[in-house]
Amino acid sequence: MMVSGARVQAEPFDPSVELKAFSARNVKSGGIATFIGQMRDTSADGETINAMTLEHYPAMADVQLAELIAEAKQRWPLDDVRIVHRVGTLKPGDPIVFVATASAHREAAFHACEFLMDWLKTKAPIWKKESGATGAAWVEAKTDDDRRAGRWR
Amino acid sequence: MKILYFAWMREKVGRSEEILDPPAGTQTVTQLIDWLAARSAGHGAAFANRKLVKVARDQVHVDHAASIAGAREVAFFPPVTGG
Repeated sequence: MMVSGARVQAEPFDPSVELKAFSARNVKSGGIATFIGQMRDTSADGETINAMTLEHYPAMADVQLAELIAEAKQRWPLDDVRIVHRVGTLKPGDPIVFVATASAHREAAFHACEFLMDWLKTKAPIWKKESGATGAAWVEAKTDDDRRAGRWR
Repeated sequence: MKILYFAWMREKVGRSEEILDPPAGTQTVTQLIDWLAARSAGHGAAFANRKLVKVARDQVHVDHAASIAGAREVAFFPPVTGG
């Protein structure tokens, strides 16, 4: 199992296992921040969602995530970064994304974790399709995600 | 040149990729879209609202004014929704 860097995978993952490995690898770091995105059971329109399918552009996702991590490491004094992102078919409650940042102190870890999520949402070539009782629909990008990513420019 | 489609663009075009040889004089993304959109009704539907069409040239985000000269792979997709 790769313990640093980014990984996009079709297999389910357990955030607690990822965090345990990340913490054990970074005992010199005083602060670790994490974010877990999980599948909601309700769409933006209030419809009940039974399943979500995530599609990605593999070659580009690998490049983009590696660049995001390099950018975060340039901006903050980070000891380590890990991103795990699911693709394939998910059920409500399944983890979609896990981001962990390790640093000597909390400020860099917090900020870098938020930066990585904001940029990932607007740059990583990944698309969600939700399936509910009324059919399946591609999730539309939120303008608020662009605004949040723009704060870091 | 390899052309890739993702998400609802893939569904509208009806395929995930195609190897094409755009006509001489196709220099920008916009010109490539003009040519692709006329290939079939599905292509036309996929490119109907160009504001929603994002582009990557050899795995790097570019805008519609970008050159495609020398590109090996051009991907078209809606705004991303991962994370």
